[in-house]
Amino acid sequence: MSARSNVPIEGSFQLIGGKFDKAGEASTSLKKKLTEMGLNVEIVRRASIATFEAEINVIIYAAAGWLRYYITDDTLRIVIEDMGPGIENIELAMQEGYSTAPEWARAMGWGAGMGLPNMKKNSDKFKIDSVVGEGTTVEMIINL
Amino acid sequence: MILGKISEILEAAVVTNPGNLDKDIKWAFSTDLLSNVLFYFIPDSLLLTGLIHPQVVRAAEVANIDGIVFVQGKKPEAETIALANEKKITLLVTPFCMYTASGKLYQAGLEGFPEL
Repeated sequence: MSARSNVPIEGSFQLIGGKFDKAGEASTSLKKKLTEMGLNVEIVRRASIATFEAEINVIIYAAAGWLRYYITDDTLRIVIEDMGPGIENIELAMQEGYSTAPEWARAMGWGAGMGLPNMKKNSDKFKIDSVVGEGTTVEMIINL
Repeated sequence: MILGKISEILEAAVVTNPGNLDKDIKWAFSTDLLSNVLFYFIPDSLLLTGLIHPQVVRAAEVANIDGIVFVQGKKPEAETIALANEKKITLLVTPFCMYTASGKLYQAGLEGFPEL
């Protein structure tokens, strides 16, 4: 990984609920950054998919949120924190095909119930904390 | 199969990146569910869809898809076209429905995404 320095790299993106015209901007910017850093395509693939799904979830469900990333020599850590309705049953939400997406989001092609499973599948470590009425925080770690 | 051949088989209008019609496509996938697009990450690939909003292009970018075919004559939104131009993704519009368009390409030898 000679393309990287020893200095940790971090950055963040603000996400606004319902703002679909910007949906995907954070994850595609991160994808570009990781590619420019010379990380291998498999890492870039997993990070891009995981962050895109997370970004879309914030936009569909929450009022607002942040996507933050931290890159060290060993890991890429992505934290998505939102001010949203929270998830009542995390176990159910983690099942492939289960979705509570509203009709308008389904009409746009979301709500396949693959978001959280796709995030977990593409992370080496996946953690989700949610408080109903307050919000949800997802932490994903990808080993470099 | 190059994008130019795909556009010919589908009797499709080329909306963006006509300069990319020599691009060789090896796999195709049809869906209206964007998370299903994100399930894959396959280079040299094509997406057939009925969704015309800009997130289709975002999802295609994340999933490394080179071309998008809009079925049933659906014309992509202006923002979708602008984003595809920026991301250098070729957009095609075919009059055929998703089933027919997919069938025509499959019959001509373009394979579906490999099973994971």
